Amino acid sequence: MNSNNVVLKVEDIRKSFGENEVLRGVSFDVRRGETKVFIGPSGTGKSTLLRCINQLTPPDRGKVWLDGEEVTNSGARINYFRQKIGMVFQNFFLFDHLTALKNVELALLKVRGMGKAEAREKALTELRQVGMEDWADHYPAELSGGQAQRVSIARALAMDPDVILFDEPTSALDPELTREVLEVMKKLAREGMTMLVVTHEMGFACSVANEVLFMENGVVAEQGSPDLLLHDPRFTRMKDFIGRIDSRMED
Amino acid sequence: MDVLPVLIEWLPYLLSGVASTLGLVLVALVLGLLLGLPMALGQVYGSRPVRWVIGIYVWFFRGLPILVLLFLFWFGIFPGLGLGNLSAFVVGAVVLGLRGAAYQSQIFRGAIQSVGEGQMIAARSLGMSRLTAIRSVILPQAMRIALPGWSNEYPNILTDSAVCYAIGVVELLTITSRMVTQTNITMPVYLATAGIFIILNYGGLKVLHRLEARIAIPGFGTGAM
Repeated sequence: MNSNNVVLKVEDIRKSFGENEVLRGVSFDVRRGETKVFIGPSGTGKSTLLRCINQLTPPDRGKVWLDGEEVTNSGARINYFRQKIGMVFQNFFLFDHLTALKNVELALLKVRGMGKAEAREKALTELRQVGMEDWADHYPAELSGGQAQRVSIARALAMDPDVILFDEPTSALDPELTREVLEVMKKLAREGMTMLVVTHEMGFACSVANEVLFMENGVVAEQGSPDLLLHDPRFTRMKDFIGRIDSRMED
Repeated sequence: MDVLPVLIEWLPYLLSGVASTLGLVLVALVLGLLLGLPMALGQVYGSRPVRWVIGIYVWFFRGLPILVLLFLFWFGIFPGLGLGNLSAFVVGAVVLGLRGAAYQSQIFRGAIQSVGEGQMIAARSLGMSRLTAIRSVILPQAMRIALPGWSNEYPNILTDSAVCYAIGVVELLTITSRMVTQTNITMPVYLATAGIFIILNYGGLKVLHRLEARIAIPGFGTGAM
């Protein structure tokens, strides 16, 4: 593959909170249509890494490029880049005072400056994408966690992003609801959406990811295709970690 | 002397006092809102000097008795600013409003701070500017959270408004005391005034509670009481 396909480039990202060095130099390229999954123990900077990419948490050092344009140090243009870099959060963060439909519409109206009718049409289309069109007029408090997360995915999709960052999108959900959200994400991957996913769902990682990055102590310790990581004896640390997840789930 | 005919004879005056009292309350509430809300935003999102200035304001207006504030502005500050010919009504309403702003700012500040921080993060992640996020996401939620506490400002200002009697605003208490001196009826007249205050109080609260119910949204604890 040639480098023209690289949509997101992350170079030597470093971030400390006080004495605590959370990210110690993380670099990778993301090609268009690719799904990269980040796994690893808690506190190894996976979520911080995602927030450094869209500058919700500005990194101390390192650079991020989207389609060849620098996202880091972009000043007020960051609001443009954030439209192009969608984000889905562990706790959904739907706008509590707005219906599902209005949640998806809001940024179309206020950021993209769309007309009401057009925004509504687009929002309904995105809700249909995630199977939530029948819930358009419900408020977040009336939705299950899985439904809320699907709406938040629709909200990110509405901005026509180049890439979507998923920050533990199913960690707040029980297995049943986890499945409905993962189904939506698998569908997006099949349709060619570029995704960076922080998750503990190994089944999802193995079936969807083009590449799995195992993070430990603020760096990418091991990376490769899911097959390679699971079956190549050299990748020991990740297998240890997966073993620990599995045994925890059996408890 | 028969009380009832006297009360009826004075009723138009009492009603003009009611109108004046409600005028004071309305101006004070609106002024308090127009000043209090930006002050709350300044305290939450403003720079250090901004927060400091607002803090001093709140400290001043909450720290002094309402009667002291009223005299200070009526005899000192407004004349000192060359505004000595402002009517007592205007001075009374403005002082009540300035003081109300201090209290309202704290109601709104608490409400803004109680909106989950994820709301701002989600808004910014979609490319909204901070200002747009505050206007479209934070404030609509904060206002709903604030409304029950804000509703309490109505009875507070209504009852406080009676001290405007002291600078000669012709409001309900002023009319009442004129009536007492001219008719020599004491208790029934004060009782009538007390009754009117109670009606204004609970009538107004009922309207506010209806408003709360109307803007209630699932997930926000602002339903009707």
